[in-house]
Amino acid sequence: MREDKRRGRDGGLVQIERMIEVTIDGAKVRVPEGSTLLDACKKRGIDTPTLCFAPNLTPVNACRVCVVELDGARALVPACARTAEPSMVVHTDSERVRSARKMVLELLGSSVDMSATPNFDVWCARYDAHPERLGTPSRAPTVVDNDLFVRDYAKCMLCYKCVEACGADAQHTFAIVVSGRGAHAKIATEFDVSLPDSACVFCGNCVGVCPTNALQFRREHELRVAGEWDESSQSVTKTVCPYCGVGCVLELHVQGDEIVKVTSPSDSSVTDGMLCVKGRFGWGYTRDAK
Amino acid sequence: MDLHSTHEQPTERERAVVDRALEGFAGEAQIPRDQLLPVLRAVQMGCGWLSPSSLGYVSARMHIPAAEVYGVASFYHLFTTRPSARRVLHLCDDITCRLRGSGAIKNRLSEQCAPEGEARGDVQWHRSPCLGLCERGPAALVVESGEHPSERAISLRSPEEAVSIALGGVSTSVASNNLVRQPREQLRLLRRVGVVDPSSLDAYRASGGYDGLRRAHAKGAQWVLRELGEARLLGRGGAGFPAGTKWSAVASNPARDKLIVCNADESEPGTFKDRVLLESDPFAIIEAMTVAGFAVGANKGYVYIRGEYPVAAERVERAIAQARAKGLLGEDILGSGQRFDLELRRGGGAYICGEETALLESIEGRRGEPRAKPPFPVHEGLFGKPTLINNVETLASALDVVLRGAAAFCARGTKDSTGTRLFCVSGHVANPGVYELAMGLSLRELLALAGAEFSRIQAVLLGGAAGTFLRGDEIDLPLTFEDTRRVRATLGSGAVVVIDDSASMMDVLRGLAWFFRHESCGQCVPCRVGTVRVDELVQRVRAKVPMGGWEQERQRLKDLGSVMRDASICGLGQTATSAVESAFERFDLWPDRHAKNNPESGRSSLPPAATPKKKGAR
Amino acid sequence: MWGSNARETHPIFFHHVLRALKNGANLYVVDPRVTSTARFAKRHVPVRVGGDIALANAVARVILDERLENRTFIQRATADFEVYQRSLEDYTPEAAQRFTGVDPAIVREMALDFARADRAMICWTLGITEHHHAVENVWALINLALLCGHVGRYGAGVNPLRGQNNVQGGGDMGALPHKLPGFLDVEDPVARGNYERLWGATIPPEKGWTLTEMFRAMEREELRALWVIGENPAQSEADAGHVRELLSRLDHLVVQDLFLTKTAQLADVVLPACAGFAESEGTVTNSERRVQRVRRALAPPGEAKDDLWIVGEMSKRLGRDFGQPTAEQLWDEMRTHSPLHRGMSYARIEALGGIQWPCPDTDSLGASFLHGRLWEEPVRGPRAPFHSVAHTEPAEALCEEFPLRLTTGRRLSEYNTGVQSGSISSPLVRDEALELSPSDFAALGLREGDRVRVRSRRGSVTAPVRVDPGLPKGLVFLTLHQPGRVDTNLLTIEATDPRAGTAEFKAAAVAVERCE
Repeated sequence: MREDKRRGRDGGLVQIERMIEVTIDGAKVRVPEGSTLLDACKKRGIDTPTLCFAPNLTPVNACRVCVVELDGARALVPACARTAEPSMVVHTDSERVRSARKMVLELLGSSVDMSATPNFDVWCARYDAHPERLGTPSRAPTVVDNDLFVRDYAKCMLCYKCVEACGADAQHTFAIVVSGRGAHAKIATEFDVSLPDSACVFCGNCVGVCPTNALQFRREHELRVAGEWDESSQSVTKTVCPYCGVGCVLELHVQGDEIVKVTSPSDSSVTDGMLCVKGRFGWGYTRDAK
Repeated sequence: MDLHSTHEQPTERERAVVDRALEGFAGEAQIPRDQLLPVLRAVQMGCGWLSPSSLGYVSARMHIPAAEVYGVASFYHLFTTRPSARRVLHLCDDITCRLRGSGAIKNRLSEQCAPEGEARGDVQWHRSPCLGLCERGPAALVVESGEHPSERAISLRSPEEAVSIALGGVSTSVASNNLVRQPREQLRLLRRVGVVDPSSLDAYRASGGYDGLRRAHAKGAQWVLRELGEARLLGRGGAGFPAGTKWSAVASNPARDKLIVCNADESEPGTFKDRVLLESDPFAIIEAMTVAGFAVGANKGYVYIRGEYPVAAERVERAIAQARAKGLLGEDILGSGQRFDLELRRGGGAYICGEETALLESIEGRRGEPRAKPPFPVHEGLFGKPTLINNVETLASALDVVLRGAAAFCARGTKDSTGTRLFCVSGHVANPGVYELAMGLSLRELLALAGAEFSRIQAVLLGGAAGTFLRGDEIDLPLTFEDTRRVRATLGSGAVVVIDDSASMMDVLRGLAWFFRHESCGQCVPCRVGTVRVDELVQRVRAKVPMGGWEQERQRLKDLGSVMRDASICGLGQTATSAVESAFERFDLWPDRHAKNNPESGRSSLPPAATPKKKGAR
Repeated sequence: MWGSNARETHPIFFHHVLRALKNGANLYVVDPRVTSTARFAKRHVPVRVGGDIALANAVARVILDERLENRTFIQRATADFEVYQRSLEDYTPEAAQRFTGVDPAIVREMALDFARADRAMICWTLGITEHHHAVENVWALINLALLCGHVGRYGAGVNPLRGQNNVQGGGDMGALPHKLPGFLDVEDPVARGNYERLWGATIPPEKGWTLTEMFRAMEREELRALWVIGENPAQSEADAGHVRELLSRLDHLVVQDLFLTKTAQLADVVLPACAGFAESEGTVTNSERRVQRVRRALAPPGEAKDDLWIVGEMSKRLGRDFGQPTAEQLWDEMRTHSPLHRGMSYARIEALGGIQWPCPDTDSLGASFLHGRLWEEPVRGPRAPFHSVAHTEPAEALCEEFPLRLTTGRRLSEYNTGVQSGSISSPLVRDEALELSPSDFAALGLREGDRVRVRSRRGSVTAPVRVDPGLPKGLVFLTLHQPGRVDTNLLTIEATDPRAGTAEFKAAAVAVERCE
């Protein structure tokens, strides 16, 4: 569980932040104790690719696309999960790092449909990754078993984020897990029953954290299938949920004159990026109840 | 968790089995999560499979979300979430057993019993990764579920026998009769094997048992730690980490609750030494753990034995009970005031659980997925407590250090590789088995002991599936950490698999590649996808059908190897290409580079009739 | 959590609770039902409907008997403690059990945990306030916080969880009969004078009517015209049959809403409005007093107009044209008069992601908790008084004719009368049904799929039935989410708290019989 950094303003629990210094690509960077190497990279202005990382979830460091080279460590280390320690010397663009990231991108791209993953092609270009050289993903079916969101298994890269959001990192519903092992591992409910038959409460927090769009709003899915999904034409407006008094911050994604998706910013002190079924899916009345 | 119950009610039998497994927790508000694997195992054994209704009931009794129970159950291959036959034969299909004819058995079982994995009446069989019975292969584990469940680890002498056993026949092979073929006076770790009754605590004590613990008590914990440090004992599980450093790290941790774990999840293909120790000298492990508990200040230990070792588990279980009955576990051990107790846990079938943090996850009742390190177990291990986790042989060696002192221990071996070491020799040798050698003797000397036919050696796989292939002309290599490292090889788990010129290297490699593909936990991308890509590549080479050109395939293998080594979470992924890459380096396996007489053109695995005959002990 | 099923009604607030649980906090859930919130609790405290005061008093009694009260805090910062202490005389957990139904051992455990905690918090919702003694209920809980000094400190306090996204903000802005914008008292001549000067108008010097008082005034025919903005009293008020009759008898009813609600259907004029959260600009204030911006993301459909525009036009046509100020201009005008909001410019709200009041100037970041003054030396302002409160039974006693207690509540995927949430096609939404305890279900000879008639002194409805093992014997449960299917408020009683004006939705006496 990450430390609640917001606490404190007048709460008396402000922790005195000790700063430590690490060297990243030859430059010294000072970060508060407890920061990760990813934080340090960010501070240094280095854009690090991440997929399984989310600021509002515990790092699982499963995708390995953020690996960096740490002097003294045998293998590369995941920047998202590795805590910065004083005097660490880190390389983020060495030959080993570039080649590992290239290969991770190729392994992913050769086994998962990454076409709806933001930045994936940018990273492939940056690291000269050609996923097709290792193979092409096999088509897994899209599961449509409710009106709120769909599961496009061809796009699932097993980043564990949905499992974490459903489970101990936020929602505590524990409706989905990783089942099976190795190449047969997949995100599943118990015995793969449909979501309506599972413990799912349809908060959609899994959808909110999915990095590859394997989990999609039903509406987004319909628009994508119809070839009408057009992110470039969409506006995103920040507002507040119209339901209970918690005041969850919503981001309304609007295409044309229609809300097509609702998210919440992960840095919101109210939501930490999480919503409930009403906040995430309860906007239909703006469309049809007039 | 939110309210959710599966609609199916458990059968009476399922309810009874689960209730019995949880008997000890009646009246407790929350049953500890770490009971999950024991309960799943009870259901598997008692009911034959983990049905939705049984898992639903486990979920309700233990307050674990149904999906999580399913996620755990579906991780371990000895658990099945589909209906299966009452009797299931797990046929070892790993490197040594393949060399010794498991292929023919596989074919015969398919023809005469059922297709692999399908239940036909009472009959069902599966291919299994290494069962750790390599000296007796081809081997199988026969599991019968029901009211009186049983597990038998057996040696199959012929396809006919395999069919008959699969159909319910009685196997004639002895449960465990571990032979040692070396002069007794050379032995330290194996000195009781085969001569001291492993079921008798009295026999153990009569043969010097518990002298080590007494000595530890007399000299004190600091002395034990110092001796261990001075002995420069390196871990025998594969990674070769200095044991003294680990012990001292746990000892110096100020936490009140600390734990000891014995890693007996011996699953490295070609490795069976820990099984021999557990089966034939179980009290030694208990004593060693008690010494460790004393030295580092831990009151509780766990022995995690892989699910495929029924005899070892049974003997250790009984040994623990005897030790407890005689006050050698529990309060005030030997009047020293030491409090220490042990619990036995069994794996559910997963190679990855030999990785220490995956093993800890498994004990805690979770999927065996390795943790990110740091934190290391010595700081934050089992249940978040500082944990000393050592391999069986390491613990046995540590006991030997305590018993005789660091100086005596170091008298054998080399400066950097002290003491003796167990080697598991299997494959094409006359006398497969466990051998104890002072470190520094050469591979040739070891192979001579095991009766290898030197002129026919094509390759030796050193260190298991995660190890390295050596050519027949490289066997003068001294068996030490430093010498193997020098030639970019590893002693690994001490597995030594001899492959003669009758075998196809590509068949062997396919077996290894399949193994890693089967055993990757799936958590990180390099390993989950990489093991599949390597397996596909090996298949293409074997079939001589490249994707693109051979040069591209070579680059691909190199790239896969480096990303898996560099970017996988744990040792499994980091070493998964080691053997395959070493084979391509040392042998002419690329179809476009075949020299004459290349091994690729060789025959496939020997039929069982050609298996070298066993000779008696020397 | 006292009388709150936050797991379902305030799910994201409950995420914060879950985080606290992970950090080792103890959760007690006081609720007559074993709710999904209760499943996360260290202990569910199954209080009888209406037994909250007795329970709180019993908790206090244990704390005092064990000498776990915070003497220093009581002496420094509170008033009327001795009277309070004496009022607890009869509330040993054993004696109170008659009213609370709670095992004294559980009361003791909760009391000790609460008193010994470094920081403790009491959160409640309608389980406390939808009673005819709502204010007394709240006082009983505040007493506990004062007793242990669990107030005015970070991580401690008393928290009513607001049920709607701007209940707090509406009140802060004067949508209460006794308040002016900025939560200033309408009967305070200085505050009133300031606004009168600002607006160039006269403000009635006495406080107005609460919602329930308005209905009484309609009964007396003193109130003849009503303008309803974004509210559906025809379905949301207790004793809905009577309410509808009163609305129909008005001379003139104007309803301003997004939907043609049941209330709008009774109206003479319907003014189509914009969806606050997506079609208009402004602010809302959440349960933690955090003022946040709502923004227009969609163009309103058809003739729908912004609330501000409608009010401006109404004013103009009533003879006073104040033009069409933007939401921000109005906000800035209010800030000049409200010290609580003075430092909250739109720009700062934007930059800080919301600001909690009080925020008196533009250097202030707002306060994350209130009442810190109680810990100052010397205490600034008045001391916090204890209120001695005594148990009273629900207005409607159970009797032979109406032997079952009906309590109402909410479910996760639904909201109030369903006008907004009706569009959510969550698989979790099931047809409304009367929920009964397994024993009542059996005693009434019911089977799954049966329908029953539920009668109260005020009306009757029919509904399908379901078993809820979380209900105690004698208690039945309905929501008001699906009035089209089950018009629950035909049954509820409008017995209201005289101070707060909330009706006793949580306790009606009903009879249930199987429909043949």
